[in-house]
Amino acid sequence: MAILYNLNGKEQSFQERVKDCIADDFKHKAITTATDVFYGNRSARVAEIPEWEDLREEARRIRNHVLDNLDYYLAQFAENAEKAGSKVYFAQTDKEAVQQVIEIFEARGAKKMVKSKSMMSEEIGINHALIDEGVEVFETDLAEIILQLNNWNPPSHIVVPALHLERNAIRDIFHNYGYQGDEDPERLTKFIRGFIREKFLNADVGMTGCNFGVAETGSCTLVTNEGNGRMSSSVPNTQIVLMGMERIVPSFEALDVLVALLVRSSVGSKITSYFSLTTGPRRADEVDGPEEQHIIIIDNGRSKILASEFRDMLRCIRCGACLNICPVYRHITGHGYGSIYPGPMGIVLTPLLVGYDKASALPWASTLCGACSDHCPVKIPLHELILRHRQILVEEQGYGAGMQNLVFKAAGVGLAHAGLYNMGTKVGARVMPLLAKDRKSLKENVSLPVVKNWTQSRDMDVLAKEKFRDWFKKHEAEKKGGK
Amino acid sequence: MKIHLFTQCMVDMFYPQVGIAAVEVLERLGCEIVVPKKQACCGQPLINSGYIKASKAAMKNTIEAFEDAEIVVSLSGSCAFAIKHEYPHLLADEPQWAVRAQKVADKFVEFTDFIVNTLGVTDVGATLNKKVTFHKSCHATRLLGVKEPPLTLLQNVKGLEYIEMEKADRCCGFGGTFSVKQPDISEQIVAEKAQTIIDSGADIVCGADQACLMNIAGRLDRLRDRGELPRDIRVMHIAEILNCR
Repeated sequence: MAILYNLNGKEQSFQERVKDCIADDFKHKAITTATDVFYGNRSARVAEIPEWEDLREEARRIRNHVLDNLDYYLAQFAENAEKAGSKVYFAQTDKEAVQQVIEIFEARGAKKMVKSKSMMSEEIGINHALIDEGVEVFETDLAEIILQLNNWNPPSHIVVPALHLERNAIRDIFHNYGYQGDEDPERLTKFIRGFIREKFLNADVGMTGCNFGVAETGSCTLVTNEGNGRMSSSVPNTQIVLMGMERIVPSFEALDVLVALLVRSSVGSKITSYFSLTTGPRRADEVDGPEEQHIIIIDNGRSKILASEFRDMLRCIRCGACLNICPVYRHITGHGYGSIYPGPMGIVLTPLLVGYDKASALPWASTLCGACSDHCPVKIPLHELILRHRQILVEEQGYGAGMQNLVFKAAGVGLAHAGLYNMGTKVGARVMPLLAKDRKSLKENVSLPVVKNWTQSRDMDVLAKEKFRDWFKKHEAEKKGGK
Repeated sequence: MKIHLFTQCMVDMFYPQVGIAAVEVLERLGCEIVVPKKQACCGQPLINSGYIKASKAAMKNTIEAFEDAEIVVSLSGSCAFAIKHEYPHLLADEPQWAVRAQKVADKFVEFTDFIVNTLGVTDVGATLNKKVTFHKSCHATRLLGVKEPPLTLLQNVKGLEYIEMEKADRCCGFGGTFSVKQPDISEQIVAEKAQTIIDSGADIVCGADQACLMNIAGRLDRLRDRGELPRDIRVMHIAEILNCR
C-alpha cells in the first residue's frame, strides 16, 4: 500500500477526502464513538496509576537515550539476535526491504504467507509486492483480514484498522467467501477464525512486525489482542520480522515501562491479551517455532529524521492515543488524511517520510489544540512539530505562494501598527454592518471569500462601533477629571 | 498595583464590553490600569499559519508596547501563550530582540491567574443567579496550564451554579486560521462543542479566550436562527461574569 493512498481508486484532494469522510455517517459516527470509548478507558487506566506522569517522563528518557545511542543499541541488538540464531538484515529504503523479503521467499521457493498486523509492512507495501511475485498473502489480524477481503480497503486507524466498517458490511464481505450466517459478531468471528486457521497451517512464511526489539537479548516483541501474532511467528517454518530501526529498547526493564504505557494509551486496557516474545528460531530441544527467523531492520527515512529537528517524532510507539484524543481525527477519520499514518502523529510523520510536496495539506489539518502532546505517552510535542511543518512549508517550501502570501504579508503590516490597525478597524466597523441584514451579524448568505468559510456554519458578529481603546481613552479622562 | 492590560485585538475591535468589564473588575480590586496605545495584534494568526517573517513586525510592536510594564494582564489565553512561548524562539535569529521578547514574555499573566495567584483574590464580590458552564480553552487551560483559577473564581460568584460540560477541555474548532482554512472540519468540531454546551443545561457559557467564544457564539446564533436551540444560551467572557453585581 505504501504510505499514501487513494480511496476507491479516486485521486482526491485533502478537502475532497474530508468532505467524503464527514458525509459517511456510519464511518463518522463509528469513529467518534470508538475514540470516545478508547479515550474514556484510557482516562480510567491513567487515574489508577498515581505515577503516570513519572512513567511518561521515564519513557521519554528511555526513548531519547536509545535515539542518542541508536548505533550502539542496533549493533547490540543485531549481535544478540544473531547469537540466538536469527539472521539480521539492514534495509535503507522500502525498496531494499521489499527486495530482501523477496529474496528470502525465492531462496525457499515459498509461495504462501500469513502476516500479523504491522505498520511497517504497510509502510513498505509488502503485501502487494509479494502478490506481484505470485505469493498468496493473507492478513491474520481480524480487522486486517476484513480489510483485505474488502478489496484491500485502507486502514482507518493505526491500532484498530477496520473501525469504519459495521457488522452488516462485514457480513456482506464474508458472504463472498462462503459465510452463510447473519451479522452476529460471534458467528462472524467463528467463521473468519476457521478461514484464517487453514491459512496458518499451510503458510510457508509468517511475517510479523515488532513493537520493540530488546537490545540486551536480541528479542523481538509483539503486542496483539487476538493471538494471531503468536500463530504467525510460531506455525510457519520461516518467520520474517519487519522492524523500524528506531524501535529498540535497551533492556527488559525499559520494555516494561514502554509496554505499560503502550497498552494503556492505545485501547485503555491494563494488559494486552497476547504479549509475544521471540528470541531466535526454534532451538534443537524445542518442539515448535520456526526453523529460521529473519529480522529486517528498516530505515526508510528514519536516519534523516534522526538528524533533523523532528527527532522527537522517533520516540513514537504507535499507540494511537493522539488519534483518539484529536478533535479533527474523530470527524475526518483515518481515511481523511490519505496516509496510513493519520491523526497528529501522522501529520508529523507523513511529510517526513514522503516529502512535503506530497503531503503539504496535512499540517493544516490541526487546530493546534495540544491535546495530542498532552496525551502522548512518550511526550512528543506533536502540535509544536505540526506548527514547525507549517513554518517550513511557508518559509522554505513556497507553500501559499500568490494570493495567500499577499494576504498574510499585508495582514502582517496592518496588524503590527496601531495607526494602520485603527484605520482599518474604523473602516471595517462602517462597512461590515452594511453586509449584515440585521446590522449585527453576518449570516449564511454572505459569500465573500474567506468570510464565507466562517459563515457556512456560524454567524459572525460585526465590528463594534466604538473600540475598547476609544472607550478607555474617555474612561481615563473621566477618572482624571474626577480626581 | 499598576498593571498593563492586554485586551487582545479581537476584544478591542469586536467585543469592547469584555475589556470594559475587565477594567471595572480590576479597578475594583485596586489595580491602576494602563492600556498602551501602541498595542495592536500580537501576530498569533500569522505565527500559527507558519508566517514567521511576516509576523515579526507584529511581535516587535507588541514587545515595544509592553516593555515598560511591570506586569501585563492578558484577557486572552492564546495570545498570552504566543507571546510567552513563541516570541522568544521565533526571534532567536535577532538576539537583542529575543532578549527583549523574553523579558516581555515573563511579564504576561492570564487574567484569572492574575486575580487568583498574583492578587490572591478568590472572591471578586460578584453575584449572578444563573447556571454557568465554562469552556476550558486549549491555550489557557492546557498550554498555559491555567486550570483552577477560573473555576475558583466562578464558584465564588454568589448565586452562580457551576455546571461542567462534557469534554469541557475539548477544542471548540476555532484554531485561528484553521476556522476558515478547514471550514468543513471546523464546522463539525464547533457543532459538537455547541451540543455539549446545550446538553449541560447551562444558561450561560463562558470562557477566558474570546476567539473561542466568538466561534461558539457564532454557532449558537446560527442554531437559534434555525430554531435548533432549545433554550436561550448566552456567551460571556469570564471578565463579564465577574463584573456582574
